[in-house]
Formats: sequence, C-alpha cells, structure tokens
Amino acid sequence: MSSATLTASAVNNAARRGSALGRRLLVISAWLVFLLFLVLPLFVVLTEALKQGVGVFFTSIFEPDAISALKLTLLAVGIAVPLNLLFGVAAAWCVSKYEFRGKSILVTLIDLPFSVSPVIAGLIYVLLFGAQGFFGPWLREHDIQIIFALPGIVLATLFVTVPFVARELIPLMQEQGTQEEEAARLLGANGWQMFWHVTLPNIKWGLIYGVVLCTARAMGEFGAVSVVSGHIRGYTNTLPLHVEILYNEYNHVAAFSVASLLLLLALLILLLKQWSESRINHLKARAGEE
Amino acid sequence: MSRRTSPVIPGFGLTLGYTLVYLSLLVLIPLGAMFVHAAQLTWEQFWTIISSPRVLAALKLSFGTAFLAAVINGVIGTLLAWVLVRYTFPGRKIIEAMIDLPFALPTAVAGIALTALYAPNGLIGQFATSLGFKIAYTPLGITLALTFVTLPFVVRTIQPVLADIPREVEEAAACLGAKPLQVARHVLLPALLPAWLTGFALAFARGVGEYGSVIFIAGNMPMKTEILPLLIMVQLDQYNYAGATAIGVLMLVVSFILLLLINLLQRRISHS
Repeated sequence: MSSATLTASAVNNAARRGSALGRRLLVISAWLVFLLFLVLPLFVVLTEALKQGVGVFFTSIFEPDAISALKLTLLAVGIAVPLNLLFGVAAAWCVSKYEFRGKSILVTLIDLPFSVSPVIAGLIYVLLFGAQGFFGPWLREHDIQIIFALPGIVLATLFVTVPFVARELIPLMQEQGTQEEEAARLLGANGWQMFWHVTLPNIKWGLIYGVVLCTARAMGEFGAVSVVSGHIRGYTNTLPLHVEILYNEYNHVAAFSVASLLLLLALLILLLKQWSESRINHLKARAGEE
Repeated sequence: MSRRTSPVIPGFGLTLGYTLVYLSLLVLIPLGAMFVHAAQLTWEQFWTIISSPRVLAALKLSFGTAFLAAVINGVIGTLLAWVLVRYTFPGRKIIEAMIDLPFALPTAVAGIALTALYAPNGLIGQFATSLGFKIAYTPLGITLALTFVTLPFVVRTIQPVLADIPREVEEAAACLGAKPLQVARHVLLPALLPAWLTGFALAFARGVGEYGSVIFIAGNMPMKTEILPLLIMVQLDQYNYAGATAIGVLMLVVSFILLLLINLLQRRISHS
C-alpha cells in the first residue's frame, strides 16, 4: 500500500469518526430542544392542574361556566369548520383545475388572513358591526346583535381559519392533474358524479388533514375572538377565554385544569393529523410504485 | 379572468364565483373597511397617533421580538429538520409528531404554561432569578413565547426540501475534496435558503400579530413590554376606534412591506 492511500484512508476514517460524533451531538441537542421547548410546558400544565388533587381538577372542569364555554367553543367550531371546508374545496378546485389570469393574486388573497394579526381580524368586524360601526345603527334598529354575540365569534373564527383547507388541497390537486376527471367526463359522468366518485376519493386524506388543522386553530383562537366576544360569562365566553378569566382572577388551579382539557384536545388533534398524514404518504408511495 | 384550458371539467364559474364572493365578504371588504375608516382621519391626526412614544415603543418591541424569535427558529428549526430528515434515532417518531404541538395547542394555554415556567418562582425562572435576571415580564419572555408558537414553521418548510436533496450531490462534493463546511456552504445552503426564508417569513408574520401566548408572559407595562396587538386592544376598551384603526393600519402596512422585501430577496436568490 502506498503512503498516499494510507493517509487518504486515515483522513477518511477520521472524518467518519468526526461525523459520528457530530451526528450524536446534533441528535442530543435536538432532544434537548424538544424536551425544553415542547415537553416542559405540557408537563407544567398538568402539574399545575393537579396541584390540589384530582377532586379540585374535576370540579373546575365540570363547573357550569366551563361547560357553557365548552359548548360555545364546539358550536363555533361546528359552524366555522364546515363553511371553510366548503370554501377550501371550491377555491382549490378553481385554482388547481383551470388556468386563468390573476390566479397567483387569488392564491395570495386566500393566504392573506395568515399575515393579519388576529386582533385586527376582530377589530375589522367591530368597525363594521359594532355599536358605532358602519352597520351599527341599522343592526340596532332591527334588533340584531353580531358583536358581543355568537355571530361575531363565528365571523372572527372564520376569518383566522380561511386558508387552512385550501392550502392543503391546492398542491395536492395540482399534483394529481385533470386526467382522471376528464376520463370520467368522457365516460359520461356528470359534474357531481365526477366529483363524488373521482375527485373526492383522491383528495380525501388531504381534506381530513386540512380540516384537522382548521379545527385546531378554530378551537384555540384567542385574539380575534377576544375582541368580539365581550367576555360575558356563561354566554359569550369560549374555552380559551375562560382560561384567561380564571387566570386573571388568580384562580390558577382552575385555569390550568381547563387548560389541560384543551391540551388533551390538542394531543388528540395531533394524533388525527399524524394518522391522515401517514395515509397521504402511503397513497403517494403507492402512486409512485405504479 | 377567463380562458379555461380544460373545457371538459365543469364548475369553473361556480367555484371561482363562490371563492371570490366568500373571500370578499369575509376578508377583503372588512379589511378594506378598516382602511376606509382610517381615511376619515386627517394626515396630522393619523401621524399624531402613530408617532406617539407609546405606539413607537410597542412597534419596536413587536417587530423586534418577532424578528428575534424567527431568527432563533431559523437555527433550532434547521437543526430539528436536519436531524429528523437525515438520522434515525430513538424517539424520532415522537419528536416528528410533536413538532406541530404549538399549532394544535390553543395560544392561551401556551401563554399560561410558559408564564408558569419562566416566572421568577417557576421551574426555569428560578434559575434565572438566582443568576440575577428575569425572563417572564421582559422582552426576553415575549421572545421565548413567540419562539414557541412559531417553532413548526421553519421545520415544516425546510423538511421536504432537505429530503429532496440527493445525498449523492453531497457525497460527490466530499469526494472531490470539499470539507464539510464547504459542502454546507456550496451545496446545502443554496438549496435550502429559499425554503428557509419562507419559513422565516411565516414565523415572523405570525409573531408580529401574535396575541394570546404573549399577553400572559409580557406583563404588559406601557413603553416596556406592551406589544402592538395589545395596544389595539387597549384602544378598543377605551372606545377609541380612531386610535385602534390607525395602529391596525400601521401594523398591516409595515408587515406587508417586510413580507414583500423577504419575497423579493427570495426571488433574487432563486434566480442567481
């Protein structure tokens, strides 16, 4: 063996050892970041909630104000998510299946709510529908209340969650193209048949993924809802707002108990997300094999 | 808005029409109404509101902490994405699944949890206290809260790009004698930078507007730890709609200018 190859292999070995060490260091620091940034806050929520025992924990969760806050949150989510689901499918359909002028502007507009502060999202509806807003006098005459009532909460929730479903569906549907739909049409399917039997099965998991993300945000929205809600206990208080009220009253155990309920819902959402994501990857891998 | 290339597939008019009407009613008209409302102010009035020391302090704090949080995420987000894509190690799947926790967790919950953690008597805060500084109720606490809520952005935008870079390219560079740092500088960096900037911009935009996770840990002292969204809230509580609108317009305009700049930078990078 010549000396040149000897040194080369020595250098190579040293580099490999170096990279093994570097790799270990990187993995350990990733674990540290994970534990410190993500796990520790969860741990704190649970320990603070159970500080005075399981009894206090359950009383805080089953207290009437907490229950009505939970009901309001579910109601707002139940109205906002289906509406944005319908919008997401329609928006993704026209963006991904056709070419037209101004398409990139439309895509930018769909994403717009992501770069608007939630507080501004609340503010714009107060300016429109509040007592001193554009439609304020008219609404008062007709005895319709939007701000400090359910419609305002739904509007604010809708605004902040507009892009979620569309954002997931657009790349997915663009990738799939239009061939299968065209084939269905040529075989005599009408528009709805084509959608139900060809498009929907193809985008099902992407749709679920978008809905899961949309639900998470709708359930936890704080800033926008806080502006339009008026914080009326038992009436216009959503679960996150209820956490704030309890916390500001120095009722920390109750605040963290309700917070841990939201935490459990968040973990459930993560599970659903993981599941739909793995289905998407599975389908992609299968499509790749074909 | 015409010229459809796929005349066989029905629904263009219906879906485009629905999309435009829905977006207009929910997003565009209400946002436009805010600008119309702001236009009722004269320039002097508008300028007096947005140049008051309290607003300027909040502006600096909001954009400064959001920028810092996005930079921190740029580093630890890249680390997490790299480790998740390139290595298999115990617990990889758990970390992978939990990265999105900040998106799933309501911000108010994140806010009170982080406050309990970093408060002077909290689990981590007590160490800071014994070292003689405070985390919660300072700009540092705000930055940490923003880092938490925006953590997934950089990871999730970099991950797919990183997975698509063929390892052969790096190996080829190494075989040709490039040192690891040179590989990173000349092979990985150009490929990752556009995605990195996208993640950075998303994190930054979200951080500027973030409210729920910040107000608990901020302490909300005017001039010191009061963020812009909170200032809008304060104006609204005092029924000062003119003030709230002016600050809202200021915030939107500054965010859009910054996002536009990041977008331009991104285009220049991907062209060169």
